[in-house]
Amino acid sequence: MMVRVTRQGYIEDLELLQQKVTEMGQAVDVALGLAMQALLSMDKELAEKVMKEDDIIDEMTIGIEDRCMLLIAKQQPIARDLRVIATGFKISTDLERIGDHAYDIAKTVLELEGVPFVKKLIDIPKMAESARRMTELAIRAYQTADLKLAEDVCQMDDEIDLLFARTFHELSQFVGDDAVKVKQATQLIFVARYIERIGDHATNIAEWVIYLETAERIRKPEK
Amino acid sequence: MDYKMQVKKLNLYYGESQALKSVSLAVNPNSVVALIGPSGCGKSTFLKTLNRMNDLIEHVRIEGEVSLDGVNIYQPDTDVVYLRKRVGMVFQRPNPFPMSIYDNIAYGPRIHGITNKTLIDEIVERSLKGAALWEEVKNRLSASAMGMSGGQQQRLCIARVLAVEPEVLLMDEPCSALDPISTMKIEELVAELKEKYTIVMVTHNMQQAARVSDYTGFFLNGELIEHDLTNVIFTKPANKKTEDYITGRFG
Repeated sequence: MMVRVTRQGYIEDLELLQQKVTEMGQAVDVALGLAMQALLSMDKELAEKVMKEDDIIDEMTIGIEDRCMLLIAKQQPIARDLRVIATGFKISTDLERIGDHAYDIAKTVLELEGVPFVKKLIDIPKMAESARRMTELAIRAYQTADLKLAEDVCQMDDEIDLLFARTFHELSQFVGDDAVKVKQATQLIFVARYIERIGDHATNIAEWVIYLETAERIRKPEK
Repeated sequence: MDYKMQVKKLNLYYGESQALKSVSLAVNPNSVVALIGPSGCGKSTFLKTLNRMNDLIEHVRIEGEVSLDGVNIYQPDTDVVYLRKRVGMVFQRPNPFPMSIYDNIAYGPRIHGITNKTLIDEIVERSLKGAALWEEVKNRLSASAMGMSGGQQQRLCIARVLAVEPEVLLMDEPCSALDPISTMKIEELVAELKEKYTIVMVTHNMQQAARVSDYTGFFLNGELIEHDLTNVIFTKPANKKTEDYITGRFG
């Protein structure tokens, strides 16, 4: 006998939700890449473009949230279906924050006012590369339900934290009498902080992937 | 877009008591409209006005207009049998005729004058497929319909309506006597049927209205309190009474 799959439309809506979250992840990854490119080349025009396009990412968040709300209101989701929706809410929030940090980095480019860097930037680009990689892999783990990859992403955050500590220490050295250097060093510490936070959000996403696929809550080690 | 059905300022009285109060509602073609509301709110009465089933009840008086493709069905010259072929009804309890599965479906076409065996065979197969029942019964078409499960019987009743090629399907709580899996099958079927038909469904089950319908109307004490897209009704209803009802504050 032919087996009919029931609730086909609902199943498609859930798949579409996951697709929208994935698309948002890709958009955020692009924004972050462009923001870093704008910073390293002091490209104000590119920075302004990144800032402007953050509105698109914000719209994507609202779109995802509305989908989640409708599915809850209309379909009484349970079990994994419910986790798809709950993690849809949570992951879109983490992605939106990553997008905001890309915006913050782009805004810093304008605030730096073309003053040459106090030192060659080495660790900040490294941190950004790691953060982008984590974001990209977290989204890929989400898209392909790859638990191993999600766990790998969680492990990657330590590296960024380490680089942040080093960058912070290094840039603090410039906080002295020279007002221009103080200003720039502070701005760059902020940038490093934004990137460090992006790593945290990517870790969150990876943890939500594990929750989505296993229903296991990931508890952060006590501080 | 032209409305498939349009109701304007409909009043209905059972003797002295008024059961529907100035109800106006338009139904888009190929959409599913769900009517919800507490018992006795008038939703089933309203449904029956759409193919004049209330004509069969004594002391019913109706004012206002109900049109199908722009023509008022309460005009004196309306052919009510033909109207009920165009606007078919599925009831709360599955009510198969005590005859074979095949004859249940063939009944309507035969009444409407079709005698060609090959043609009736085709109609039976098409109708059963349309009601997502064919695969389950194709090898026992001559068996009695009374031996089917409740969910199968209800799909048989839907197939029986489809056999006379209606345009609008009225469903009066079609799942209230069914188990959850049969209910899901009927809901799935409704989603498929709206490709071809226009569906108006009364349901006691609010979640069902949310799942299956494009539009939802909320009735209370004979009035249509609110009617809007289902997505709107279940996320931001305009009327406090609607919100109180769908959130289970009363009813």
